[in-house]
Amino acid sequence: MTDVTQASAAPKRRKAKDDPTSRNKARPRTAAEWILMVLAVLGALVIIFPVLLLLMNAFKSPTDYANSSPLDFPEALDFTGIQTFWEQQNFPRALWNSIFISTLVAVFAVILSVLNSFAIGIGRVKGRTWIVLLFLMANLVPQEMLFDPLFQLYDDLGLLSNPWSVIITFTVIQAAFGTYLLSSLLGTFPKEILEAAAMDGATRWRSLRSVIVPVIKPTLSVLMVFFFIWTWNEFLLPLAFLNSPDSLTVPLILEQLNGERQTDTTTLVAGTLISIIPTIIFFLIFQRTLTRGITAGAVK
Amino acid sequence: MTTTPTRRRTVSPADAARIPQRGGHKWGYWLYFIPGLLLMAAIIFYPIVRNVRLSFFHWRGGRAEEQFAGLENWTALFQDHEFLQSFQNIFLVIVAMVIVPTLLGLVIAALLFDVVGRRFGGKLSSFLRATYYIPQILPIAVAGVLFGWLLKPNSDGVVNQFLTAITGDEVTINWLGGSYGTAMASVMVLMIWIQIGYPIVIFMAALQRVDPELYEASELDGANWFERFRAITLPMIRPEVFVVSLTTTIAALKVFAPVFILTQGGPNKSTYVPSFYAYKEFINGQDKGYAATIATAVTVVVFIVAVIFIRVQNRAERKDA
Repeated sequence: MTDVTQASAAPKRRKAKDDPTSRNKARPRTAAEWILMVLAVLGALVIIFPVLLLLMNAFKSPTDYANSSPLDFPEALDFTGIQTFWEQQNFPRALWNSIFISTLVAVFAVILSVLNSFAIGIGRVKGRTWIVLLFLMANLVPQEMLFDPLFQLYDDLGLLSNPWSVIITFTVIQAAFGTYLLSSLLGTFPKEILEAAAMDGATRWRSLRSVIVPVIKPTLSVLMVFFFIWTWNEFLLPLAFLNSPDSLTVPLILEQLNGERQTDTTTLVAGTLISIIPTIIFFLIFQRTLTRGITAGAVK
Repeated sequence: MTTTPTRRRTVSPADAARIPQRGGHKWGYWLYFIPGLLLMAAIIFYPIVRNVRLSFFHWRGGRAEEQFAGLENWTALFQDHEFLQSFQNIFLVIVAMVIVPTLLGLVIAALLFDVVGRRFGGKLSSFLRATYYIPQILPIAVAGVLFGWLLKPNSDGVVNQFLTAITGDEVTINWLGGSYGTAMASVMVLMIWIQIGYPIVIFMAALQRVDPELYEASELDGANWFERFRAITLPMIRPEVFVVSLTTTIAALKVFAPVFILTQGGPNKSTYVPSFYAYKEFINGQDKGYAATIATAVTVVVFIVAVIFIRVQNRAERKDA
């Protein structure tokens, strides 16, 4: 609705000039345009530069690293840093922990979001605006507010250093955003489809499972991708709940390595690079979903 | 929960998408809230209630007795130099996470969409967009370690070596531990680096909504790039600018990992942010009641900011309609 009103308002505000120089669409690129393009490329280079530095230095031997500038290419490909990191840290274990936690959170949070938003968007229960806000609190509340009470709760339940402490917590936190997004989506769900299903004798549960979920599947998969990466990147609460060496996630083992005084710099650089690789692979696979999906919740 | 609908028979247009069901009671939908509300109660509401209550007590934690403190924690909070300092830092965090990325994001998104996308091809512009977005998806902890390496003190640091090479003089700045200025600036640069991709992606998607004919018409009228940007682009993507500022402001109020990884709040606790302070107090402090007070104060501020933003947005929408 805002689109229409703004589209009609915008041209009126436009400054009309007296001398209209009509430009051809296929005109050659001007010097100014080339400069702007080069600036955009330079900006992207600045952003990616730290990651490139990581690549250049992760394959240096410790002596090579000590004797050269970080901006130099390695003398020879050397895997000492990567090897030391691999031997000192149980990276495969951390990788598995991260995958296990993030996958289960993504699945559970989507299921929870669908259940909540079904009652809000389709059921249109009374006070639904307030209920959405109630669920959104999970997303708003700072994690340091949850940290100590949940620590004691999981301690009592024997769930500390257990992936389920993180899974349960982040299922609730991620589902808050999912509930918000899906509620407004289901609020506009075509009535005819639901009526047809009801005519055929489908119960509510059946309509949800066999009619609504298949229709909104694309949105649900976008949500899953996001829940996965958000959970993967979480730091504070996993840091608090996961303490045994076997329970750490990828960001946590890197933080631990960073905190150890005797850590060799090449090991740290190699470890940082290795910790980034899963994310980069994930990004390459889901690039479209991520860059498009991020806008899904932005404007209703 | 007791507000089960009493007028469920009156069918209003607002009930558009409801499944019509003979004999089905609308309260049946409340069953679908059971898992969600139970989990919310345990994971979100219980901690909130417990910490708010605890903020009126002194408690050493563990098996120690709680002592009622009245408003002591709260009055102490407003005289606590570290807390006030941490709140001051939040304004700098907002500059680094909200203001700079949003402004830069506007310019870069317009540049990528308007100049690069239109004149040099969509492939280049989506490639650049992806590049700007990469820091957004890296774990903040990992990004922090990366910057920690770049900013090592003395001649070990990459940035110092880089500056030495440029200036010719030996540069040995202790970025993270030396002074408040360099430490806070380092944290802010990390935040900008992480945040910049988010507004770019959102604004570029918003720009696709703008009717290209508007641009062509204004170009025919001789409007230059900046005039078009101000008259067409900005008003069109205002809703997105709003959403980006809301979400990043809330993220800024809750920021933790960059400070934890880069400075640990140092030097001399000068780069504390409230969430880091609360975390420290819960772990090392003598009084969990006081830690709970800090956490509660941050929560209250976050809720207030969220409510103000939503109100402003609703008013803006009503004005538009």
